[in-house]
Amino acid sequence: MPVTGNEIRVAIKSDDDILAARQQGRELGVRLGFGPSDLAVIATAISELARNILVYAENGNIICWPIERGTKKGIVLQADDEGPGIPNVEAVLRDGYSTSGGLGLGLPGVRRLMDEFAIVSRKDHGTTVTAIKWMK
Amino acid sequence: MLVPILKQGPYLIASVQAALRDADLVKLRDALTEQVGTYRSRGVIIDVTALDVLDSFACRILSDIANILRLRGAETVIVGIQPEVAFSMVQLGLRLDSVVTALDLEEGLDYMKRRTERISHACYRK
Repeated sequence: MPVTGNEIRVAIKSDDDILAARQQGRELGVRLGFGPSDLAVIATAISELARNILVYAENGNIICWPIERGTKKGIVLQADDEGPGIPNVEAVLRDGYSTSGGLGLGLPGVRRLMDEFAIVSRKDHGTTVTAIKWMK
Repeated sequence: MLVPILKQGPYLIASVQAALRDADLVKLRDALTEQVGTYRSRGVIIDVTALDVLDSFACRILSDIANILRLRGAETVIVGIQPEVAFSMVQLGLRLDSVVTALDLEEGLDYMKRRTERISHACYRK
């Protein structure tokens, strides 16, 4: 269940916004009580997700909010865009796959960084990547 | 935020002060490429102690810098990668394989001295 009033939302249109998203996401992580390693992981994951938006969809949003499940507490990171969609989701989750000529680490890397990870993508309707980091 | 570049003897020291936008990293690359020529520098130390994130873009630029400067005849050492940053990089799959790293500025300078001395000795022997 999301806890209201603690959500951050950053529109991603330029590389300035990547920095803003990762700083705001990190601050939310600090407020929730994450330790330094997890904060670095959260900020890095946001950076990669935001850059994906910029490269593949040109604009979209990074949204982060707290989550509780049973006794566990965590943070949800969501990258939402209305870009072309990912034609082959399984392929982009393989290491080394990249359609932008980049390092191709983006999504598989984010999946490794986070505890839970899901992609919903529809051709011509955009992509939503949702990932959760639980507090240890 | 621009990264200040200090000249210290035959070396340049680029000391990152705060989180960088992609464009700032590109400017750093271009400034170092030019200044190793201007100052005839033998080595460049990039201090990233202040960075809380090194993502795929930052790593690509850092490794580009090291490759470009090598072609310009200068060594590059990245110093000050924080423990939690190193942890995230490895999880993400970023290894910065082709780049020399050292714990901090002191170790970086030490490495540079040993490297450049060895090169001058080797030249001298010829």
